[in-house]
Amino acid sequence: MNVFTPEIECADRETLEAIQTERLKATVKRAYENVPFYKKQFDDAGINPYGITSIHDITKLPYTNKQDLRDNYPFGMFAVPKSEIIRIHASSGTTGKQTVVGYTQRDIDIWAESTARAIAAAGGTKEDIIHISYGYGLFTGGLGLHYGAEKLGAVALPVSSGNTNRQVQLLQDFGSDIICCTPSYAMFIGETMKDMGISPESLSLRAGIFGAEPWTDGMRIEIEKLLGIKAYDIYGLSEITGPGVSYDCSCQKHLHVNEDYFYPEVVDIDTGEPVEDGVYGELVFTCIGKEALPLIRYRTHDISALYHGKCECGRTTVRMAKPRGRSDDMLIIRGVNVFPSQVEYTLTQLGFGTNYLIIVDRKNNLDCMEVKVEINENTVSDTVRDIERAEKVLENALQSMLNVHAKVSLVEPKTLPRSEGKAKRVIDNRKL
Amino acid sequence: MFVKQLSIFVQNQSGRLSEIAGVIAKAGVDIRALSIADTTNFGILRLIVDKPDEAVKALKEMGLTVKLTEVVAMEVDDRPGAFAEAIKTLSDGGVSVEYLYAFLSRAPGKARVILRVDDNAKAEKVLNSGGITTLNEKDLYLM
Repeated sequence: MNVFTPEIECADRETLEAIQTERLKATVKRAYENVPFYKKQFDDAGINPYGITSIHDITKLPYTNKQDLRDNYPFGMFAVPKSEIIRIHASSGTTGKQTVVGYTQRDIDIWAESTARAIAAAGGTKEDIIHISYGYGLFTGGLGLHYGAEKLGAVALPVSSGNTNRQVQLLQDFGSDIICCTPSYAMFIGETMKDMGISPESLSLRAGIFGAEPWTDGMRIEIEKLLGIKAYDIYGLSEITGPGVSYDCSCQKHLHVNEDYFYPEVVDIDTGEPVEDGVYGELVFTCIGKEALPLIRYRTHDISALYHGKCECGRTTVRMAKPRGRSDDMLIIRGVNVFPSQVEYTLTQLGFGTNYLIIVDRKNNLDCMEVKVEINENTVSDTVRDIERAEKVLENALQSMLNVHAKVSLVEPKTLPRSEGKAKRVIDNRKL
Repeated sequence: MFVKQLSIFVQNQSGRLSEIAGVIAKAGVDIRALSIADTTNFGILRLIVDKPDEAVKALKEMGLTVKLTEVVAMEVDDRPGAFAEAIKTLSDGGVSVEYLYAFLSRAPGKARVILRVDDNAKAEKVLNSGGITTLNEKDLYLM
C-alpha cells in the first residue's frame, strides 16, 4: 500500500478530531478577526467566534455561499495582507462573475501535500513521470497536480492541455507513468492514440488521475480499456484549494477526503440540516488549515454522501461518494431534476459510447430534451430498423432513469465537440 | 458462398456522401453495387466493393463506423416476370427479405439482385433448388 502521510491518512478518529478541533478554532478566529464579511456574519447571528470547543461545534456556524465570494470580488474575502499572498487562481466563471482565490506559502504547501497524497494513492512514487495535461493558468488543475508531483519527489511533466498528437508523442517518448487530466480529455487522447495506430500496451502508462468534472463508473471502465490503465478520480474546487480535496484509493470506491485540511459535511439541500452517513445531500467544506481564504461551511452545490470507517486500503479518513454532479449542472426539464451524469450512466449500461450532448429547448411552452449520441461498433447496423430500435431502447431507458422523455438521435462518430478541458455536455437553448 | 456488404451510418448533411465516396476512390476500391436507405435524420450507405477489407480500413481511418454483413447475390434473366418468379421462390421457401437492390450484369440478358434475408443459408438453398443461380464474391468482383 502506497500511503504518502500514514500518520494522518491512517490515524484514528480521536487523533483526527483533535487536529480538526484545534484547526477549526484557529480558522474561525482568523476569519472573524481579518475578514469583514465574517465579522459581520458572526455578529449578526450572535455567534461567539471564541466559543468553539470541538469540531462538532461546526454545525452552529453559518454557511458561506458562492455569492458571498462574488460580492467580495476580487480580494475581499482574503484573511491576510497582500504581502503574504504568493499565488492567485480564479475559477472559469462560466456562470456569472469568476471567483478569485488566494494562497499563502502555507496554503500552497497544504495543497501540494493534498495532491501528493492523491498521486501516491494512485500508485505514484518518486520513480514516476507524472504527465500533467490539465490546463496551466488561472485554472487550478495544472499547477495543483504539478506541485503534488514535485512534493512526492516524482517528475512533474507540465504538458498542459491541447496539441493532442504531441501529448501522445510525449507519452511514447518519455514513457510517462501516470497521466492527469479531465476524464473527457483522457477519452480524446485515447481516441487519438487509436487513430495514430498506437496500442496502449506499447506505452508505460499505468494509471490516470482524472477530475475537474463529474464522471461515472461506466466512463471509468471505458477509459481504462481505451488507455490500458487504472483510472483514479480526484475531486476539488478552487474555492477550497483546487484538485486534491479528495481522491480515489486502490479500492476505487468513494474518495478519501483530506479532512485534516478540508472538513466535510453533507447537508440536506433544502433544510441545510446535516444528514447521516450514506445519505446524499450537498457537500459543504470548511478550510480548517488555510490562511488566505479560510472559508467556513462553504456550500459546494455538489451532490454526494459521506462514509466514515476504515477503508480496505487501510486509510481511515472519511470517504465521499463520487459526486453525482454539481447542482449547478442540474437541468430542470418540465419540473424534473435531470443530471447529465444520469444520462451518461444509462449510456454506458446499454453499450453506447460516452460521447453525448444534451440539447434542451422550449417548443410551444414545453421543454424538449434531445440526447445526441455517437454511433459505435455496438450500435451500427445495415438496417434502419436496428438503428431505430437502438434509439428507442435508449429512449425508454432514459425515460425510466430520468422520469422525463428525451428524444435520442444517433450521430456519426467524432461529430460531437471534443474538449481539452472540461467537457460541454449540455446546450440549453431555452430563453426564459 | 455469400457476399460481403459494407454498411456505413451517414448523417444527412450536404457533402457527406461526396466525402465518403472520395475516400473509397482514393483507396483504389471499385464499387460494384450500392444502395442508400434514407430516413429523416440519417442514411445507411450499403456497398458491394471489389476490395472490402481495404475499403473498411480506409473508411475507419476516416473515423466512420462500418459494419460488414454477409448478403446473398442472385442472378436472374433480364426479362419480364423473372424477378417475380425469384421472389415467389423465396417467399414459398419461407425466406423473409429485409431489403434488396438490383443492377444489370455485364453478361448480356442477366440482372443481379443483392438480398438481405433472415437466413442466408436457407435462401441460397431455396434459390438453387428453384433453379436460380447465386453468385460468390469472385463472380461479382470480376463481372
